[in-house]
Amino acid sequence: MDFAPILAALRRHRTATLLIALEIALACAVLCNACFLIASRIGLMQIESGVDESSLALIRLDCDDCNSSDLNARVMAALRAVPGVQSVAAVNTLPFGERAGDNGVTIDREHYVAVPHFYLGGPGAAETLGLHLAEGQPFQPEDFRTGDVWVPADTPVWISRTLADKLWPGQSALGKEFWVTDKFHFRVVGVLAHLVRPDPGGTRGSGAAEWSVFAPMAPGKVLNGTYAIRAAPADLPRVLREARDAAQKASPEAVLDLTQSRTVSDLRSDFFRPSRIMAGMLVGVIVALLLVTALGIVGLASFWVQQRRKQIGIRRAIGATRQDILRYFQTENFLIVTGGIAVGLAMAVVLNIVLMKFYELPRLPVAYLPISAVVLWLLGQLAVLGPALRAAAVPPVVATRSV
Amino acid sequence: MFAYYLDLAFRSLRRNTMLTALMVLAIAVGIGASMTTLTVTHLLSGDPLPGRSQHIFYPQVDPDPKRTDDKEPYDKLDYQSAVDLWSAHRADRQAIVVDSRLKLSDPASGAPPVMSMMLSTTSDFFPMFDVPFQYGGAWSAQDDVSRARVAVISADLNQKLFAGANSVGRTLRLRNSDVRIVGVLKPWRPSPQFYMVAGGRFANGDTSDYYSKTEDVITPFFTGLEINDGSFWQFTCWSLPARTGHLQDAPCVWLGLWVQLDNAAKVADYRRFVADYAAQQKALGRFTHAGNTRMRSLMEWLDFNGVVPSDVRLQTWLSFAFLTICLFNTVGLLLAKFLRRSGEIGVRRALGASRAAVFAQCMVESAVIGLIGGLFGLLLTLLGLWLVRQQPVAYADLARLDVPMFLLTFVLAVGTSVLAGVLPALRACRVAPAWQLKTL
Repeated sequence: MDFAPILAALRRHRTATLLIALEIALACAVLCNACFLIASRIGLMQIESGVDESSLALIRLDCDDCNSSDLNARVMAALRAVPGVQSVAAVNTLPFGERAGDNGVTIDREHYVAVPHFYLGGPGAAETLGLHLAEGQPFQPEDFRTGDVWVPADTPVWISRTLADKLWPGQSALGKEFWVTDKFHFRVVGVLAHLVRPDPGGTRGSGAAEWSVFAPMAPGKVLNGTYAIRAAPADLPRVLREARDAAQKASPEAVLDLTQSRTVSDLRSDFFRPSRIMAGMLVGVIVALLLVTALGIVGLASFWVQQRRKQIGIRRAIGATRQDILRYFQTENFLIVTGGIAVGLAMAVVLNIVLMKFYELPRLPVAYLPISAVVLWLLGQLAVLGPALRAAAVPPVVATRSV
Repeated sequence: MFAYYLDLAFRSLRRNTMLTALMVLAIAVGIGASMTTLTVTHLLSGDPLPGRSQHIFYPQVDPDPKRTDDKEPYDKLDYQSAVDLWSAHRADRQAIVVDSRLKLSDPASGAPPVMSMMLSTTSDFFPMFDVPFQYGGAWSAQDDVSRARVAVISADLNQKLFAGANSVGRTLRLRNSDVRIVGVLKPWRPSPQFYMVAGGRFANGDTSDYYSKTEDVITPFFTGLEINDGSFWQFTCWSLPARTGHLQDAPCVWLGLWVQLDNAAKVADYRRFVADYAAQQKALGRFTHAGNTRMRSLMEWLDFNGVVPSDVRLQTWLSFAFLTICLFNTVGLLLAKFLRRSGEIGVRRALGASRAAVFAQCMVESAVIGLIGGLFGLLLTLLGLWLVRQQPVAYADLARLDVPMFLLTFVLAVGTSVLAGVLPALRACRVAPAWQLKTL
């Protein structure tokens, strides 16, 4: 195909050409970044929690003036008596529940390295949650001690793999020690493949979403009122219903927290609802964007075809086939779109840098650029097909009219 | 002449309905998307106390012995600093704020208790923030000091417990204490719930909780501390408190202090007062460094905390990028539309119409398209805001179109289309009449 006559013709229509190219460029920039945002949201939504979500539910009671040991004993006995409950354990929260406590940790008691979330669990909590230990050993019965304010000052813990990599990159975390203030000293006895914090997401970044510590603690003053129950997934909704009633009946002085006393799957689904809506909105924007761009191309291409009817007729009269005319408009569109994409890719990278600065997004993967280029090329070809076919249908006899 | 152009515009729009529909659609979709997000941003970033916010300030000192002057002080105050600054009464008005969860019930009805949020503050809170009362009023400054068992309740709670009747004088049970209701608020929904905003720097952009509803029950500060002792949450601690939830003597920051200063001289005085206080505390040995004090105005404080959620800001940018694309699209389509009529324009010019007349005619046509696009855009905006209200976010109920935003919809729509029309109209009025007449 000879580009020269097409380029010469485009030079005569600089404004319109530039408009379409700019529209394509903007669309390309927004498309790349919007797709990337969608992908990162979806990636976050699929984060592995590290617990057996489908068979877990949370029961939470608020009780300021209860005798906590007595409350724990009463409620846990009542929960265990619910038919279908496989196990019950005292915890401070579960993934996607309410955040229970973040603490800045140090290795040298001075410089903060990370701010992980601290899960506390009573005897049997690890089994109830279904935590998978990648390395290390289970807790011993004597590890579960009570505390007045928080965990005992010297506690063996499990930490998640991403936190281990953050604290001691490239080394095994087992046996290593870290601190919270200069009072609490923790020894790593196990590394978990996954354990997500209760509130992964935001602009925190994907690695930090799994910065968690799991510490053993006996139910008592600190660990009270919140319980994980495990049941067969099919049974769970009924078990939860009955467990809510049982917990309230066992502790008439406490208030059952209905927003937290749910299955972990429900808590997860609620937690990610804003992300789902945002992803849906972005998809909507992309579709509308492509539609508007395509309609713009159709509009201008139709205008050009109409304007050049006579020239098309002359070309047909002196021997050009329909194929030639069709190919002409397709090539013309291809050239304009290519120009737009070239500018658009640069704009996409700039936009990404701006977004990185203000929203702490990661860098746009290079793969997004060729994909959106192909999408826009296809869109351009599809949009121009109608007007180009109409152009190809112009009969040669037009050339002889109204000269 | 204008009426004639208007008539011409409608004729021309009717002649090519497909092209017209395309343009109206592009403008409507662009306007709908950007007005929806702009309305949400406008509602979330607005001034919660219009006319008063410039007099409201948030003083901060840094009690942490391990920090130095080069860091931002904590977002809240420790008990002693807050109470010292408050009891000095050096500002026109001052109020300490802290909230906590507690069990609430109406002892008369015998209904099961519910967990609710209690705000504990001092009496200046109500006049300082212009809080509207339905029945009764605030407690007195004497009640603050004497730790009176009184409370002000929200319109919501009054509706729930007393079916909206005047409940002043009735009794409410907060945890294990009975308090007398002295005031009932009118519906009050500051956006954001500005007096509790803190820690925005650490929220990772997820700040939608700053737009929560206000607390159901408000008690005097010291009364609240006694009633709900053991249930107060720290903002942070630099070493471990001796008792959880009881922070009066703990190495923790957990209280906010708001002051009202009516003129610039008072602001400067109060700044000096806070700095002097820190220096005095350093001399006493309680602070290790005294240079780290701040006093931001209300709007500066909200800005510092980045209260508008990052998702909302992102959506706004995205929708404006989208509107720009729609604008380019409209420019292209208008160009096609005007130049397609080159022959007609040539005749007008040959019959004596000036370039300005042709330009005006084209601009009127663009404005008409913008107006129609704005009308459909308004419908789409209403639809968009309805969608926002279905979202499970704290600010969902706020998403409504107000009058300025309603007007802005049309200004933006007509503005966009007129802007889009300039270039095609310029091209159209440069049409050479002779050439066009020849090809007719």
